[in-house]
Amino acid sequence: MASETHSEGGSGLEFHPMDQFIVKPLFGDGPVGMFTVTNVTLWMAASVLAVVLLLIVGTSGRAIVPSRSQSVAELAYGFVYKMIEDVTGKDGLKYFPYIMTLFMFVLFSNVLGLIPTAFTTTSHIAVTAVLAVGVFLSVTILGLVKNGAAFLGLFWVSSAPLALRPVLAVIELISYFVRPVSHSIRLAGNMMAGHAVLKVFAGFAASALIAPFAIGAITAMYALELLVACVQAYVFTILTCVYLKDALHPSH
Amino acid sequence: MASETQAPTSSCVDAGGSAIGMPQLCGDWMGNQIFWLVVTLLVMFFILSKIALPRIASVLAERQGRITNDIAAAEELGKKAQEAEAAYEKALAEAKAEAGRIVAEAKAEMKAEMDVEIAKADAEIAAQAAESEKKIAEIREGALEAVKEVAMDTAQDIVTAMGGKADAKSVTAAVNERMKG
Repeated sequence: MASETHSEGGSGLEFHPMDQFIVKPLFGDGPVGMFTVTNVTLWMAASVLAVVLLLIVGTSGRAIVPSRSQSVAELAYGFVYKMIEDVTGKDGLKYFPYIMTLFMFVLFSNVLGLIPTAFTTTSHIAVTAVLAVGVFLSVTILGLVKNGAAFLGLFWVSSAPLALRPVLAVIELISYFVRPVSHSIRLAGNMMAGHAVLKVFAGFAASALIAPFAIGAITAMYALELLVACVQAYVFTILTCVYLKDALHPSH
Repeated sequence: MASETQAPTSSCVDAGGSAIGMPQLCGDWMGNQIFWLVVTLLVMFFILSKIALPRIASVLAERQGRITNDIAAAEELGKKAQEAEAAYEKALAEAKAEAGRIVAEAKAEMKAEMDVEIAKADAEIAAQAAESEKKIAEIREGALEAVKEVAMDTAQDIVTAMGGKADAKSVTAAVNERMKG
């Protein structure tokens, strides 16, 4: 890509915006097999560690009047709990641990990925696709098991005129199966684009003339990316709640 | 880059160690990512569902219970305070009524006593006044007699001194006449 054309010229500016997404083994230089310990392993473990620090070490006081970390943990708990209750209803609270796992994983992967030189696991479609397909499959199976054939009412818009219903059914069916695609690409695309842009600005910083502008731009982009990291975690979770609601209450 | 002599370990990385195309689309790495993702999610789910979430839920429930209890206790205490205030008000009103009654009683008693005293004093004053009047009347009577005598003597002496003959009878008559006027 860009790296080939620029490195040939031998100028000071070298852009490798996509190199940060390369999966490398942590130990040695061998090929990446299925069970190789890679930077993916490292940063996923970091997100697990962050969850443990916040939700277990942070709440170890079990105080009636919470400490700072316990407050944040309770805030995260209440945030997701309230979201499920508002979007899905009381019967969705059974699935709270699953949705909380998704939210915590996506949030910490996004935020930890913003540490300079970090690897952003959620910028890979392979990762987000597994998450999205997992949500899609479990929600669809849950809907079919809970509602049986009534689940197909999701595609039969009974409030529309009868003549329009078959057309709408086709559209609904397509939009239903596109869900995991948009669900995963939205998250991976946001993460990848933001990090690539940061890297491009960082490449510009090598030139003394535009370095002040580039560094200012990196700072501004970083703030924006921090926002995007949290918002995308929120969006991913609330969409999961919406899909869960469709599975539990398929009527339009 | 430094590792230029090394052969690329993946079809998605060029000889210089840079990515060829989007690393996101490199099939070589997907199995690895999916494997570690599944492991991570399982570990995280286990941690959350077995330790973190029940703990936070119990803390929140405990806090909610404490708040409910405290509010109930506060309401209880508030009710007690109101009762105490009502009792105090009642006692105050009773005490005020009692005080009023005692004051009125004392006033009536004092008035009765004073009336008796005043009546006694009035009677005494009246008696003394009557006695004094009698005395004054006596003194006045005595004084008139004395004035008559002195006037008669003086008149006789004056008449004698004038060279006339004092007729006791006519002098008395004249003095009496004058005294009347």
